[in-house]
Amino acid sequence: MNAQSPHQPGAGRLVGRDVPRVEDSALIRGRGRYVDDIAPPGLLHAAFLRSPHAHAAIRGIDTAAARALPGVHAVLTLAELAPHLTDTRLVVALPSPAYRLELHRPVLADAEVTHVGEAVAVVIADTRAIAEDAAALVEVDYDPLPAVADCVAALEPGAPLAHSGAASNLAAELTLEYGAVDAAFATAPHRFAERLSIHRGGSHSMECRGVLARHDPLDDRLTVWSSTQTPHTARRMLCDLLGLPEEGVRVVTPDVGGGFGPKLIFYPEEVVVALAARLLTRPVKWIEDRAEHFVATTQERDQLWDVELATDGEGRILAVRGQMIHDHGAYTARGVNVPQGAVSAMPLAYVVPAFRVAMKVAATNKVPVTPVRGAGQPQGVFAMERLLDRAARELNLDRAEIRRRNLVPGDRMPYATPLKTRGGMQVVLDSGDYPRCMAMALEAAGWDAFPERQRAALAEGRHIGIGVANYVEGTGRGPFEHVSVRIEPSGRIVVATGAAAMGQSTHTMLAQLVAEHLGGDMSRVHVIAGDTAAAPMGIGGSNSRQAVLAGSSAHVAALRVKDKVLHVAAGLLEADEGDLEIEGDAVRVKGVPEMKVMLAEIARAVAGAPGFAIPGGRGPGLIAAEEVVIDAMAYANGTAVAEVEVDAETGEARILALTFSHDCGNALHPRIVDGQLMGGIAHGIGNALFEHMRYDEEAQPTSTTLADYLLVTATEMPPVRILHMQSPTPLNPLGIKGVGEAGVIPVPAAIAAAIEDALSPFGAHVTRVPLSPVDIVALIDPAAAA
Amino acid sequence: MTEAPDATLAVILTVNGERHAIRVEARRTLADALRDNCGLTGTHLGCEHGVCGACTVLMDGEPVRACLLFAVQAQGRAIRTVEGLAEGGELSPLQRAFIDNHALQCGYCTPGFLMLGTAILDRDPDISDEALVDALSSNICRCTGYANIVKAVRAAAAEMREKVPA
Repeated sequence: MNAQSPHQPGAGRLVGRDVPRVEDSALIRGRGRYVDDIAPPGLLHAAFLRSPHAHAAIRGIDTAAARALPGVHAVLTLAELAPHLTDTRLVVALPSPAYRLELHRPVLADAEVTHVGEAVAVVIADTRAIAEDAAALVEVDYDPLPAVADCVAALEPGAPLAHSGAASNLAAELTLEYGAVDAAFATAPHRFAERLSIHRGGSHSMECRGVLARHDPLDDRLTVWSSTQTPHTARRMLCDLLGLPEEGVRVVTPDVGGGFGPKLIFYPEEVVVALAARLLTRPVKWIEDRAEHFVATTQERDQLWDVELATDGEGRILAVRGQMIHDHGAYTARGVNVPQGAVSAMPLAYVVPAFRVAMKVAATNKVPVTPVRGAGQPQGVFAMERLLDRAARELNLDRAEIRRRNLVPGDRMPYATPLKTRGGMQVVLDSGDYPRCMAMALEAAGWDAFPERQRAALAEGRHIGIGVANYVEGTGRGPFEHVSVRIEPSGRIVVATGAAAMGQSTHTMLAQLVAEHLGGDMSRVHVIAGDTAAAPMGIGGSNSRQAVLAGSSAHVAALRVKDKVLHVAAGLLEADEGDLEIEGDAVRVKGVPEMKVMLAEIARAVAGAPGFAIPGGRGPGLIAAEEVVIDAMAYANGTAVAEVEVDAETGEARILALTFSHDCGNALHPRIVDGQLMGGIAHGIGNALFEHMRYDEEAQPTSTTLADYLLVTATEMPPVRILHMQSPTPLNPLGIKGVGEAGVIPVPAAIAAAIEDALSPFGAHVTRVPLSPVDIVALIDPAAAA
Repeated sequence: MTEAPDATLAVILTVNGERHAIRVEARRTLADALRDNCGLTGTHLGCEHGVCGACTVLMDGEPVRACLLFAVQAQGRAIRTVEGLAEGGELSPLQRAFIDNHALQCGYCTPGFLMLGTAILDRDPDISDEALVDALSSNICRCTGYANIVKAVRAAAAEMREKVPA
């Protein structure tokens, strides 16, 4: 390990260095504890019966045969569950004035199913196999109804209704706008319009979802282990739905095998399994399989953008306007944050004087849409970057040059944009130098010399191309994350947080930040993340927020504990506070290591004894709990440059090189930052070329295995070069910005641009992602493809 | 026609050199038998249709998808799982290399990659870079973007070559 190598200026003893991850020791030995690894005595297993129809009325459900199967303990429909629930729907939508339909998901469907995969009943049995056998014996009398699959068709007059009884399929509409848009267009010398079809698929964490619930009659408490990104939200939902007090429900996230967005919302399965465990007074576990994941875990999917860019004669942006239609799926499982995030991301990197994009959110008979890593931002960036490439081509400008002319310049930071966040707060780009960051990537990618390489390749009959895309990402969404730091009387340091770990090294991050100030030994720090019993409140994992919010709270809490430790130790050692340092498990006088007092002694001294004054006079205990409130988002930025070679015969696009420059402020752990970026980049390559969640016209999903829905493997990964800029944000004490989603955001746009460039001899015009070989052949010869 | 739930078969699995006498239904997969009957939960299930490779274990030294095999098919074969990689508590060179190269994030695919990598290196520690990437493409990771996994396997190969001079 190279824990000694300082990777960035100003690195601390631990922070800013590639210290060993605290997660690895168990995971590398196969001793992780994912939800499916937990098997309490008396465990029963659940299997859900799911709708095979995209849209149907339920005329009746006959569970007799299923219940009669030996080994079956219960077959539950909404009728059996409803008497024990305060509400039969999951009311989870984020606040917004945009909604036109109320589309709360039912706990289980009872009158109507509105997408393939919607849960109708649950079987609880001795084994999962028996539960699945029994689920096949449940007879549901479905009356199929017309289904709507396409979000554009959904909004046309006479379209089938995704929900019978709804006034239309318009689930929500909202417009993001500022400035005199139409006036700018009326007088603009140049206008460029594009119609863009942008698809993203699922999250496909390697671990699917899972939930295990156990009601303990001794302490009358329900414990729910869920592979969720938001345990405190899950507890609130369970308390609300089951009518239980907060101390009666504990939600724990064990090791989570990847989240990537969809695990942040609350799902029907979580409440059904919890209630089943209470009703049966036995532990119940449900583990989603991959087939279910394709139809029951939320996804991102289709957006159709009709957008227009107005520029002056030099390619400077005057205004952007347009419309976007967004596929919402059958229910509001989170909100309108994906379309809103997409449109908000569109202008962010550039000086855009006037902007208006109207969004129509269409209900369809498909899996609900909620954020997947990137949360709409790749789509917004794709739209902006496609428009800029188009303008550059028609204005005969270099594609990098038009961006240079429009990027928010470094000397205008902080740059107050006219945009507002979903919470109504002004978007202020806090720090960074976007043009310089782009220049780094262009230089490393050999942008200026590329035309020569391209000519030489073409002379050999090879079609290579290059593309560039910029992004600015709002990270660290507030308002807070809870972290407490406590030194136990044993001297052990316990950190508890509402943040939830899902593979992004959260335990390491917190141990690093706390140990930095409390002795420098991470092995003495025990982190409890994602356990509602250990943290009174929490928000959890989303929006590249946990390092920013939980990190800041941990940092401040550790400093407060340090302050008290030194104060008490000064009294015990009869020394000056300023002469003391914490090293390992003791406080010692600098330069006189034998003059020391153990952390355990200090902790015991301030634990208090009846009738005796607490040493130090600052109250009992060595504990600090913090919820550092940061409302403003920290804006990270970056640039991707992709170089591709396209086989004009087969339509295969091979990425020859990918250069990624970025600025996430200070890096707490440079190697983890690189790891997060690489994972995002791989996901972005998938979104550009491979991942396509397909449905037929009847809204039947047709890509429901990992053999149909292609995830990037090792052979598809190009050589990737990551370049770092560090503009610390003033918004938090660590100067950091989130990085968990950054990698994915500009990659589809850069690859699409590179493919278009490679196929410029054919006059190809890329207006969609993903681009399969079939799509690429069609770009070369539309007639042949038709 | 549904089989009675007690229609089980006696199977002896030899896993990491240890005998496990278990009773399973004929339809029980090797992966489920390892996890539920043998208590070896280090083998993970990612797709249960043989694509992702998270459940990769070694059977007589060959990497196999434990989700595509029935437990009964593994009788009499030597099964090796992630729990058997560390000998005497000491991590294998590949396990160490995974940690040193940050080749794991959430850790869910890691056991499968470790078993695949172990088999690759057992077969050909001098494997070319291209062949290595090709071989590793049989498993899926959603976190790392693969570069560090490839690096880790190369690093372990280099260490093993040093130990056993050709």
